[in-house]
Amino acid sequence: MKIDFFNTESLLSEEEILIRNTIRKFVDERVIPIIGDHFEKGTFPMDLIPDLAKLGVFGANLQGYECAGLNNVAYGLIMQELERGDSGLRSFVSVQSALVMYAIYTYGSQEQKEKWLPSMARGEKFGCFGLTEPDYGSNPAGMQARAVKDGKFYILNGTKRWITNGSIADVAIIWAKLNGQIRGFLVEKGTPGLTVLEMKKKLSLRASITSELILEDCRIPEENLLPKTEGLKSALSCLTQARYGIAWGAVGSAMACYEEALNYAKTRIQFDKPIASFQLIQEKLVFMLTEITKAQLMCLQLGRLKDKGEMDYTQVSMAKLNNVHMALEIAREARDILGANGISLEYSAIRHMNNLESVKTYEGTENMHKLILGQKITGIPAFN
Amino acid sequence: MNIIVCIKQVPDTTTKVRVGKDGKHIDPGGVKFIVNTYDDFAVEEAIRLKERFGGEVTVISMGPERVKEALRMCLAMGADKAIQLWDPAFEDSDPYTTALILSKAIQQLPYDIIFCGKQAIDRDTMSVPVYLAELLGLPQATLVVKLEVDPNARKFIAYRDIEGAKEVIEGLLPAVISTQWKLNEPRYPTLPNIMKAKKKELKELNAAALGLDSAQVGEKGSRVKVLSMELPPPRSKGKILKGDPREVCRELVRLLREEAKVI
Ligand SMILES: Cc1cc2nc3c(=O)[nH]c(=O)nc-3n(C[C@H](O)[C@H](O)[C@H](O)COP(=O)(O)OP(=O)(O)OC[C@H]3O[C@@H](n4cnc5c(N)ncnc54)[C@H](O)[C@@H]3O)c2cc1C
Repeated sequence: MKIDFFNTESLLSEEEILIRNTIRKFVDERVIPIIGDHFEKGTFPMDLIPDLAKLGVFGANLQGYECAGLNNVAYGLIMQELERGDSGLRSFVSVQSALVMYAIYTYGSQEQKEKWLPSMARGEKFGCFGLTEPDYGSNPAGMQARAVKDGKFYILNGTKRWITNGSIADVAIIWAKLNGQIRGFLVEKGTPGLTVLEMKKKLSLRASITSELILEDCRIPEENLLPKTEGLKSALSCLTQARYGIAWGAVGSAMACYEEALNYAKTRIQFDKPIASFQLIQEKLVFMLTEITKAQLMCLQLGRLKDKGEMDYTQVSMAKLNNVHMALEIAREARDILGANGISLEYSAIRHMNNLESVKTYEGTENMHKLILGQKITGIPAFN
Repeated sequence: MNIIVCIKQVPDTTTKVRVGKDGKHIDPGGVKFIVNTYDDFAVEEAIRLKERFGGEVTVISMGPERVKEALRMCLAMGADKAIQLWDPAFEDSDPYTTALILSKAIQQLPYDIIFCGKQAIDRDTMSVPVYLAELLGLPQATLVVKLEVDPNARKFIAYRDIEGAKEVIEGLLPAVISTQWKLNEPRYPTLPNIMKAKKKELKELNAAALGLDSAQVGEKGSRVKVLSMELPPPRSKGKILKGDPREVCRELVRLLREEAKVI
């Protein structure tokens, strides 16, 4: 498996290549054979988690606290390979690493870091990230969730919906307004007043758990406030981390779809010829490879900028927007090339295609990233 | 324990192999190389012994610059040191000269046990471990599916699957063990260990450093020479018989007997 038309591998270090190859092998051997069934049943492959933790993927780009301390390119390559398996698996790792561990690492107290980060890196504890509400998705600034101080406690009220890993999380990072300012709070599983419901009937990201979290006079100790959070920008900085991983992950989905479509086109005979011999099919394959190649180069440069501390969140917006868009187009074309087989979970195209519909929406919809970039280049915000 | 593992870098099983212009080698262009599948079991067993009894695992590979990548993979799995054996004179070594080169390197090291994969999946000769034991004058057990080691008594017990039976053999250490796929489940290298691998020692030794002269090694020293290499012929098209089932059956039997000669 090597889709690398511009030899981007020559731009990677020996360690980056070894890391990618290790995760690639894991995904080929452990994920791809089983993931279609999980998607069909709507279950998450939880038994992969101890081994993923042993490899060191959780919080892999954080330093200390038993994290692997990788650079951001290596981290991106991990995301690419995981999503080549399934967007649900990549989402699990993104939430744990880029949203939850990053938030605690960046905005937590020393005690919070010591309590959560090593056990999360070891895959013993899991977290979820509760920002979205039923009535506030693209516009989280309007959120209704509230926290009120009561002696040595905070009392939380509100509803968070579409929360990945909510039902299996040991701790939820809940974003809520305290005296009008958005802050992050750690709400542990089993806290009275916290109800978690698993959301069903999804036709996308089926191999991933999505939940609704209801907080009714949920009382948490005051030390569970993430002390360094200050306003929506703290939550958004976590999203930037996750979006960075998604930009890479989408390339993985696209690679899986392209590879499947190419193999299929070369072996499927119609009108006495492989369908790959028809110009209309070749045009699609060329489109796919060209888009993947552009996205690979974009990710790599984005990662190098991030490693130098020079990455801007609007660059992440462009990469997330472009790469998820192209991956979804490629998945649809791949599904088409596979004909009737394209709608079957025996193949991966439709699974990736359906998954990418979620990936397009979460972590900032395609529209929102266009508005972010529009504001960046014109100086005029067009959100409302 | 001082544990040595000999590994080979081979083309990935999913690579489409092409024969090179000279008709004697495969064309390395576009080939993805991996650690030989059976050597993974050897490395895993070595690391498990080290974890159990302490000591050091040294991986050795004969081959050009690219084998460093394979050696680093073994270091990332948990080996401590690596040695690359290369010299232009080593080009085209047969299994015997390969074993000779490996034996010279091993003689410079302390060792209690030596592991090899049972065969390399490119040439499939299964002979390097056997030659190696001979050249070092050591006991050997090939195609081992289970291994018990007693470092204090300096003994090993090796289990082998043979045609229709299981064989258990006992021998003295040091010994050469060649590993079969049932032996263990090789680990994936962890990400932190991959980062550490770069800092581990990777030594290079050439013919002179091994005390070998060029007449002993490479094509000159080899007992076996590759005369030519070609791809198997493409599978010919199948035949579809149509018509009245009874006649089709008769025709099928005739073809199986006269053309395919299988009944
Ligand atoms: C599978 C899945 C998992 C998720 N996991 C999490 C999670 O772990 N944590 C979490 O907090 N959230 C999560 N989300 C929620 C996700 O982030 C939101 O769905 C997303 O932000 C969009 O919000 P919304 O669904 O309310 O859509 P809306 O904001 O209602 O948008 C609907 C449509 O209107 C468009 N739109 C909105 N405003 C404008 C505008 N100003 N101009 C132009 N177009 C506009 C949008 O682009 C979109 O097309 C998840 C979602 C899914 C599907």
